[in-house]
Amino acid sequence: MKLPLRHPSDWDGFAAQLPTLLAGGDAGWTRDVGAQAALFGEAAEGGTQVWVPPGDWDELGRRVAMHADDTRYARLLAFARRLQAEPALWHDVLDVERRRLESMARQVGREIHKMHAFVRFREVTDEQAAGGHRHVAWFEPAHHVLRAVAPFFVRRFAQHPWAILTPLGCLHWDGQRLSGAGPARREDAPPEDAGEALWLTYYRSIFNPARLKVAAMKKEMPVRYWALMPETRQISELVRAAPRREGQMRGA
Amino acid sequence: MDLQDKLAILADAAKYDASCASSGGDKRDSLDRRGIGSTNGHGICHAFTPDGRCVSLLKVLLTNWCVYDCLYCVNRKSSETRRARFGIDEVVGLTLSFYRRNVIEGLFLSSGIIRSPDYTMEQVIEVARRLREQENFRGYIHLKTIPDASAELVERAGRYADRLSINVELPSAASLKALAPEKDAGGIERTMSRIHLRLQAAREARREAEAVRALPGVAPRAAAPPPFAPAGQSTQLIVGADASDDRAVLQLSHRLYRSQGLRRVYYSAYSPIPHASAALPPQAAPLLREHRLYQADWLMRFYGFGADEIVTEAGFLSLRHDPKLAWALAHPEAFPLDVDRAPREALLRVPGLGVGSVDKLLAARQRRRLRRADLLALGPAARKALPFLVAADHRPRAGDVQALAQPAPVPQQAELFG
Repeated sequence: MKLPLRHPSDWDGFAAQLPTLLAGGDAGWTRDVGAQAALFGEAAEGGTQVWVPPGDWDELGRRVAMHADDTRYARLLAFARRLQAEPALWHDVLDVERRRLESMARQVGREIHKMHAFVRFREVTDEQAAGGHRHVAWFEPAHHVLRAVAPFFVRRFAQHPWAILTPLGCLHWDGQRLSGAGPARREDAPPEDAGEALWLTYYRSIFNPARLKVAAMKKEMPVRYWALMPETRQISELVRAAPRREGQMRGA
Repeated sequence: MDLQDKLAILADAAKYDASCASSGGDKRDSLDRRGIGSTNGHGICHAFTPDGRCVSLLKVLLTNWCVYDCLYCVNRKSSETRRARFGIDEVVGLTLSFYRRNVIEGLFLSSGIIRSPDYTMEQVIEVARRLREQENFRGYIHLKTIPDASAELVERAGRYADRLSINVELPSAASLKALAPEKDAGGIERTMSRIHLRLQAAREARREAEAVRALPGVAPRAAAPPPFAPAGQSTQLIVGADASDDRAVLQLSHRLYRSQGLRRVYYSAYSPIPHASAALPPQAAPLLREHRLYQADWLMRFYGFGADEIVTEAGFLSLRHDPKLAWALAHPEAFPLDVDRAPREALLRVPGLGVGSVDKLLAARQRRRLRRADLLALGPAARKALPFLVAADHRPRAGDVQALAQPAPVPQQAELFG
């Protein structure tokens, strides 16, 4: 059976197929359908809309569809079946499977937020770009959120060309148009640029060694992001030197 | 002195200011392709330093030269700290360069007092003006208002800034007089009131303009009033540099939230500073005290607790228990609550239940009786609520609450590099 998804987070493609699937045509839907979907592929086949889902279903499903868990579409389908049989189930916000889907949606929402926050652009000379340079970042999202983060960066840097490279695909903004591309490798990411040292200095200087709270830092900035953020290279030295510096602050 | 050195000195000098929030402003973007930046009303923390604090803004002083001699301040006139002064273009350039790297939401600019309060304020405003008018910067700007700056300067600052703040510094006027002889509590509150009135006027003007725009046949952009600090004003006070107790601190916050309409009061545990005055305590105030004050502040703003009832021990918040648990332990007569019947405001007082959990319970109990499993489904924190609640198949045992009152093991900070 032809996979009906254009890319791994193709909620619209899935939602279009859902009525057919609910009517019993689910033969091809195995648990790993999310893993099989191509990154940028053919357009989805249309389906006829019969089931009327509850108001927030679309919002929940769109988020869940971006999750890296390969069972995501199977879970959505199973839950849609239960909803179809018992529409009032939607109001039971404490239902175990509902809580599970909400939790997946929250993880995706958090990843989108962290990507907005932790993407680090470096300046790259580019004769063709407006202004003679572009800003390019390397990131490794844990979920399929690349498309979802694009509007944020377009609104923020609308007249500046930029690119975000990831192992799951790339985004390129030339100041006018957004385009997607296939996966990149870490080696494709630009090296440290001239201005980065100032940022590293700021990060060191704004830290207060008298208030060391490493666990709080790691809770908000989990270690798995550190390789993507140049300033984190300094953390071990800042932590090591903190007691001595605090002593100096108090002594004298 | 090169830019690296200046940045190191002037960021170091700014780190005692707790606020780095970038939330609450207007929604803006650069889709018109004339400038740079966006805000969506929610703050973003772009990094965290090993003190657990969020880096959201480029937080620097324009200069750490200062003619005042506030004893608790590292930049006071008599301190031997290294001095530097940014040029206005340097701050503008740093802000834009950091913003392009996606490491900040904007700028938080403050300054030591040089020449006069008005001169200093003018310099600070000029940075914001250039960012907004020359660079079309649409990111977030927080300006520290200099006490006693003129009304006209406050007006101009509010035109460019998302947020204005002025620090009350110490919880009592007497402490301020003793430790900051050039500052005057009355003057600080007068400036705060001036900003408050101006914010109210701006809100009023905006409401009227929206009402006019809603009329049929009016151009959609008619009569948009000039913005004034759309993210409001905040303040900071230092805890542990004087003898004020938590009750005094929270009563002050309560009054400022109510009468000055502040968005946030920040508490900064007194941190030892280099070249400290002998009039100050040699030890840092416990960070736990600061944490408890933030928890109590939160409970006052979102959970309906009063400033007087939340301090359950003589003058100070319990260090052993968080303020909500401490209150519940001190009020056994209020529990257990029937989770199927108790009103929202009573459930909000149950330790372990946040606003989100309470609202989920209220929604779910419309449809069926709630069970122990439903409480557990709320997440690990809700476990703490079990001794205070009754459900269809759940009743707390005698002794459950007492078990919570036992001293909790002191949490050990995980070693990062063991």
